[in-house]
Amino acid sequence: MKGLQIVVLGSIVPDPLQTLEPVSGPTGPALKNELMLPAVLDPWAGHALYEAANLAKKVEGKVYLVALGPKAKLQQVMMNVAQKVPFEIVVLDGPASGFADAAETAAALAGGVEKIPGLDKSKLLVFGGWQSASRGTGAVLQMVGELLGITDQFQGVDEIAMAEDGSFTVLERIEGGSYQKSSCQGAPALLGWATGNLPEPPNNPQVGMQNMRLIMPALAKATPAPLKGEGLKYAGVELPSQRRETRVVKNAPVEDIARELADWIRA
Amino acid sequence: MKVLFLAHTEEDGSLGKAAAEALGAAKGLGGELVIGLFGAEVQKAADSVAGCGAVKFYGVAGPEFATARYGSDAAAAEAIAKAAGAEIIVAPSTSRMSRVAAGVAQRLGAKIDTRLTGLEAVGGKITATRWFYRQRMVGKIERDARPWLVTTDTGCFAPCEAAGSASVEMLTVAPATRSQVVEIIAPAADAQTIRPDAKLLLVAGAGWGKSQADGQKHVDEAARLILGLLSATQASLGSSKSLVDQSGEGAALPFLTHMHQVGQTGSTPRHPKGLATCCHGEEPHVVGWRFVGERRAINLDANCGWAQGKADVLYVADAFAVMSKLVDLLK
Ligand SMILES: Cc1cc2nc3c(=O)[nH]c(=O)nc-3n(C[C@H](O)[C@H](O)[C@H](O)COP(=O)(O)OP(=O)(O)OC[C@H]3O[C@@H](n4cnc5c(N)ncnc54)[C@H](O)[C@@H]3O)c2cc1C
Repeated sequence: MKGLQIVVLGSIVPDPLQTLEPVSGPTGPALKNELMLPAVLDPWAGHALYEAANLAKKVEGKVYLVALGPKAKLQQVMMNVAQKVPFEIVVLDGPASGFADAAETAAALAGGVEKIPGLDKSKLLVFGGWQSASRGTGAVLQMVGELLGITDQFQGVDEIAMAEDGSFTVLERIEGGSYQKSSCQGAPALLGWATGNLPEPPNNPQVGMQNMRLIMPALAKATPAPLKGEGLKYAGVELPSQRRETRVVKNAPVEDIARELADWIRA
Repeated sequence: MKVLFLAHTEEDGSLGKAAAEALGAAKGLGGELVIGLFGAEVQKAADSVAGCGAVKFYGVAGPEFATARYGSDAAAAEAIAKAAGAEIIVAPSTSRMSRVAAGVAQRLGAKIDTRLTGLEAVGGKITATRWFYRQRMVGKIERDARPWLVTTDTGCFAPCEAAGSASVEMLTVAPATRSQVVEIIAPAADAQTIRPDAKLLLVAGAGWGKSQADGQKHVDEAARLILGLLSATQASLGSSKSLVDQSGEGAALPFLTHMHQVGQTGSTPRHPKGLATCCHGEEPHVVGWRFVGERRAINLDANCGWAQGKADVLYVADAFAVMSKLVDLLK
């Protein structure tokens, strides 16, 4: 199947190495210094993007990234992401917060997908991370799929194998380290990716330059997408008391450590 | 308030553990309880909870609902929810239910919150508890909108079991789908290393694949010790991103995949005890330990992450030596 349109939904999250602290903002909970925190492309959405680019290469398809997030931060992150694989971007200028409502986020994203010029649903594959690293509901993609009328959906995907005629099989993660293998007749379909099989592509400055020529104007004409959070109330958000009193055992004979651990495991 | 408990049945027609717990959560809300089940068969599962106080049972059954497939599962769940007309819908967050829950909410015009670790009704107000930013912070949510569909995490609610005989109203559903489940690819019984119900989680970190004091790597020895402990204890195996990334490239332990990864971009397993070996205990890894009870670690570095309040006990020692003795003791 040639000419697939692979639309990846993905946004930014705080760098996982950062310490996060909740504060209450004017519209509900937020992260302390949210706009100052270094951000990265949401990791599972990142895998979805690399898998999309890989598939697009094989089927002469095209990759779009539809991102809902604060425009200035998206721009920073795109400077790096743009160097990875070729794509066009649709920017929705709004919150990327984990406290935003999943349904409102989905509605904004579905609107963004519909705006892609020349969108042909018979050739559409919607990709994204199966859960975000912010809200982590695993809900947004399914709702976008429903809004776009896509009822062949897969979640926790680690592999897609596409045949000449556009039909494909997918492997989805299920319980206990097993996979469920399904076949689908072809687009339109939606895939929420887990880690996939591809390493992060190395930076390619040439791809970066090409991408940025389209990304900068797309950022400039970003569609405002404020989310209202209607009917959603937070009674509180807090950090768990997670510090333990660690007993550090040094210079103990190996036999003693092994015996102590064996007793603990058996207890 | 009408509460619908919504779940799929298992391959053998029974109600799974996660579903029984979600039913416990639904019942805990104290409204008028309705039960909706879908799968190849539903009668056995309905009978297993017939005495739970539900006023009505709905079912969708047949061979086209035997497997976990979006098109058929969403259609079945939608039909049940529409027939029940409940304000609150509670479902388990199994992989099968999680694949369709939000799509079903969208069809119903419902709001959705997933993977709740707490759900309670006090004075007519329902409060849901869930975690944000990959288990880094916990929040309590209230919503005005109804219907409100929630999924509950396992290990957080007491299961409801109340056998009897239930009379189930069967609904007819014609799913539209262009997909088929082909097969389940499960690791062979003796190669099964991810065991969600195990008492112990053993985490193997990248240190197992690094050069040791003698300047050499001992990957075969590492594999033997790790598999030895797993077989002696029936523990579940987890790993760090660094090690599974290496394994994916064929450099390290052959039995590790990305599904073993615990942490920010991995899993968040629930086990009463966890033992980390040759793993540094960095924050993106340790957020995956949020729901692991007692934690111990073996690491050569007395200043590793585990020492900073992330474990109950850190043994500063060579994991190769300790594990070798430990496997002998537990055999
Ligand atoms: C976006 C992003 C997402 C991430 N997501 C995850 C995630 O989901 N999960 C995850 O695990 N990480 C994740 N990380 C990576 C994380 O930050 C760490 O790099 C990773 O956890 C390190 O793995 P490690 O502790 O096994 O390896 P290392 O940091 O290399 O530590 C190896 C340890 O082994 C010890 N050691 C070596 N030999 C011995 C011996 N003989 N006996 C005892 N100890 C020994 C060393 O002292 C050292 O502490 C993520 C990072 C980023 C940027």
